[in-house]
Amino acid sequence: MHRAGKLVLRRLVGSIPVLLIVLVGTFFLLELASGDAVDAYLVSTGGGDAALVETLRANWGLDQSPITRLGLYLWNVLHLDFGYSVLLNRPILTVVLERLPNTLLLMGSAVALSFGIGSLLGIAAGSRPGSARDRLLSIGSLALYAVPSFWLGLVLVVVFSVQLRWLPLSGIETLASGKAGLDRALDIIRHLVLPVGALALIYLALYLRLMRAGMVEVWRQDFVLAARAKGLSRRRIVWRHVARNALLPLVTMLGLQSATMLGGSVVIESVFSIPGLGRLAQEAVSGRDTPLLMGIIVISAVLVILTNLIVDVVYAFLDPRVGASEASA
Amino acid sequence: MMARFAKSPEGLFGAAVLAVLIVIALGAPLFFPRDPLSIVGPALTAPFTDWALPLGTDRLGRNVLAGLVHGARASLLVGFAATIAAIIIGASVGTIAGFAGGLVDEILMRIVDAFQTVPGFLLALAFVSVIGASLPVVVLAIALGAWTGPARLARAEVLSLRERDYVAAARVIGMHPAEIAFREILPNALAPVLALSAVIVAGAILTEAALSFLGLGDPNIVTWGSMIAEGRAVLRSSPFLSIIPGLALVITVLGVYLFGEGLAEALSRRRVRL
Repeated sequence: MHRAGKLVLRRLVGSIPVLLIVLVGTFFLLELASGDAVDAYLVSTGGGDAALVETLRANWGLDQSPITRLGLYLWNVLHLDFGYSVLLNRPILTVVLERLPNTLLLMGSAVALSFGIGSLLGIAAGSRPGSARDRLLSIGSLALYAVPSFWLGLVLVVVFSVQLRWLPLSGIETLASGKAGLDRALDIIRHLVLPVGALALIYLALYLRLMRAGMVEVWRQDFVLAARAKGLSRRRIVWRHVARNALLPLVTMLGLQSATMLGGSVVIESVFSIPGLGRLAQEAVSGRDTPLLMGIIVISAVLVILTNLIVDVVYAFLDPRVGASEASA
Repeated sequence: MMARFAKSPEGLFGAAVLAVLIVIALGAPLFFPRDPLSIVGPALTAPFTDWALPLGTDRLGRNVLAGLVHGARASLLVGFAATIAAIIIGASVGTIAGFAGGLVDEILMRIVDAFQTVPGFLLALAFVSVIGASLPVVVLAIALGAWTGPARLARAEVLSLRERDYVAAARVIGMHPAEIAFREILPNALAPVLALSAVIVAGAILTEAALSFLGLGDPNIVTWGSMIAEGRAVLRSSPFLSIIPGLALVITVLGVYLFGEGLAEALSRRRVRL
């Protein structure tokens, strides 16, 4: 536990400069946007006189130099103040935290599903490299990987919602249904089947290919030869020796993929009208609420850092060698 | 290398798909000289019912086949342009970081980390929405999320190359460090970076499609993503309007991947096949 603690601390300290760069970057993107928060406010309220504009600018610190404002921005973010969404008329952090659980539910289910099924199929493909089964799975996964998630989502909607009428078209739950407890959970699951399916089917290919490559690599190593020489059954070698060692790179990929997946949820959430972080980002874009968009980006970056941290700790437990050398370095 | 590429059936198939697409993209103004956004027939003509409009028309009576052909132009153009931009930015940053070392390396690599921490698609979304949607902005926005891979690869490659004899020789004859970095080291570090390019092209094409699906593509040109979005309004009655451009996307991206696989196999010295 001590080792894991050291690792966590090291990673957290290491991510401070990265976060700082993200914040400075988003600040400059905000600067590039035409018009500031006061303009946006005036548009939403229907205008005001010049004196009001001046007071607002002074109150919100917009009359200061860019460097002073950057300092102010960093200071506010440090206090978890990401500013105010003019579009939704509420603090950005509140809005984001409200939408976050839906995205986490969507992403978490998709990741779990694609990781689980992808690695199993990867074992199936990689346990007999070069076989017909292997080639079929490899080409099939490549084809899946070429599919845009939002289009797959639409096709699933056409088949399962419009034609077969098995599953709901959009949303995360039936509105005003008055459902509670288990009923409500089942309702949410029914709504999630299609969006999670669309995301999982595409990411599945990645894990399948990685697992297969790992299997092929490990298969040729000496300890596998030794296991074969001992006369262990093929099944036992595949599961106990090869698959176990081939699984490690997939865990690393989980962390590396987290940023991509958060991005991918933007389109899927807008296809299925799921009120999550991604859908919020699209609302911010169409409502020209740049500060809200930047807040979402910063909070997503924090989320990615945290995910990577969790993956690192899991990895350290799975492979003691890596954890030990990382923590002592 | 060509001979080895010719031996990979996947690579050949990918190359054939790409060749056909490039011909279609280049010939688009010849095949369909009219603006693909112009109205040519009754709205929502089903595919294969009218020989003048083989793939039917959309909600406004625009020729779906013309849109598809012109869309190939946009997809390939954005895919290749964004990849070239990403590789130029990435290779330059990676070479400078690897060659300079020390504080410069540290700062540049933290910037790479930062770009990898921000979801690339969100960054592209923000960039396009702040600056305004036009083809060059979309290309740059996609490159912004894709340059970190080439940067890391180029840096690693430069680190292993900088200790070689010919670099030492260049130093001895008094070559300027910048000249050594960009004229001696970078060309040699480029091969593995180029092997990555197929994946970047495919990713760029998918990202462009997603952006224009959300209405953030260049509004003045037809793209497959915007066609899918357009068809969404009549998804119940005419699903073909969304399905056809999506199939075009899948075939294109698959072609790029297969071509890349063949290329990687031809480039790698040892074959990893049992």
